[in-house]
Amino acid sequence: MLEVDVATTRGEAAIEARFKIDEGVTALFGPSGSGKTTVLSMIAGIIRPRSGRVLLDGQALFDADRGIDIPPERRHIGVVFQDRRLFPHLSVAGNLNYGFRLVPHAERVQSFNDVVALLGLDRLLERKPLTLSGGEQQRVAIGRALLMSPRVLLMDEPLASLDGRRKDEILPYLEKLRDAVRLPIVYVTHDQREVSRLARRTLEMRDGCAREVVP
Amino acid sequence: MSELSAADWQSILLSLKVGAWSVVVSLPIAFGLAYVLARVDFVLKPVVTALVLLPLVLPPVVTGYLLLLTFGRNGPVGLWLYDWFGVTVAFRWTGAVIAAAVMGLPLMVTGMRLSLESVDRRIEMAARTLGASPWRAFWTVTLPLSLPGIVGGSVLSFARSVGEFGATITFVSNIPGETRTLPIAIYSLLQSPTGDSAALKLSLIAIGLSIGAIIVAELLHRRLPKATGRDDA
Repeated sequence: MLEVDVATTRGEAAIEARFKIDEGVTALFGPSGSGKTTVLSMIAGIIRPRSGRVLLDGQALFDADRGIDIPPERRHIGVVFQDRRLFPHLSVAGNLNYGFRLVPHAERVQSFNDVVALLGLDRLLERKPLTLSGGEQQRVAIGRALLMSPRVLLMDEPLASLDGRRKDEILPYLEKLRDAVRLPIVYVTHDQREVSRLARRTLEMRDGCAREVVP
Repeated sequence: MSELSAADWQSILLSLKVGAWSVVVSLPIAFGLAYVLARVDFVLKPVVTALVLLPLVLPPVVTGYLLLLTFGRNGPVGLWLYDWFGVTVAFRWTGAVIAAAVMGLPLMVTGMRLSLESVDRRIEMAARTLGASPWRAFWTVTLPLSLPGIVGGSVLSFARSVGEFGATITFVSNIPGETRTLPIAIYSLLQSPTGDSAALKLSLIAIGLSIGAIIVAELLHRRLPKATGRDDA
């Protein structure tokens, strides 16, 4: 269970998020520039909130009142960035292994080969990220985050930079992923179609605040 | 053209030794400076930048004179080195290393700084979310991605050091076998009425070394970004 209750300001605008999520995909929906990425960054420990708490299974990752701010590398939160941010100097295998190798054997939830198979990466392992298509790069980014055995997966508009055909190429992988891993997944998007296809719950960013949408 | 004399070889090898040591000595200092200039904002940044670049535009004889004032037997650093370590650098080959390092520093820092500035810090943050500490992210992401600039800057600064003349002769003079580097040997030969052909020989060698260094820098620059990824595959 991920419990988020944070607030910050970005320029003039206040950004807030208040929600609890369990296993399965929760969509964080809203127009571009509404602060969705800021919310993810606060959960991942990339941006420090002004106030509030982030709890994961009852453990505080951030608590302004108690002065707790666990750095991103010890939060065990996998992030799939919109701009992918693959390591250009490493092969696909090197990218996938980066976080995987930092997890002790006993704590590894995913096996390397399972993730490679799940995302159809077996033919790409020796390639360099810059030689891959946008969709392939995004699959590597997802695999890289999964292999660090995250306790939560944050996906920031993973399909936004892809054209229609590429989106249709990735969506089945995301559905497989959702069904294969038992993880809370926050899926940021501004596309209603992705929400309806993937998400069990929806949070909407409205007036700078992420709130649950009551169906 | 006749063969190289023992003295010629001595000056060539001395130049290479001085060049190599000056790179070794200045590498950590240059990287520290480049990192701070590329990543940290502070009030005195323009001043530090100017000081680093100064040897590039200052007359080398002035740099050499300043080194003599600082590192000479009665200079503040020179005295300290002698009192604490019994080391004298003035009129020694070690002083030539210092002169070469100072003169090569602008090239090295500039190359490294450009390289570090081009590293996408968001990729470092991605490494952090994958479980890497700031240090690990530095060693596995920042350093490999800035390696072309580090190597390129080092090779150019090496070439600059091998050819250093003005600051060196001012600071450590012209002592055969100790501080008579390749360019100073050429200068000495040109002072004697019979040295012309020997000076030409050494000049050709200097040209060869310089061109070689630039070619090496260029080749490394092209190859490195690809080569660094393989070992982790």
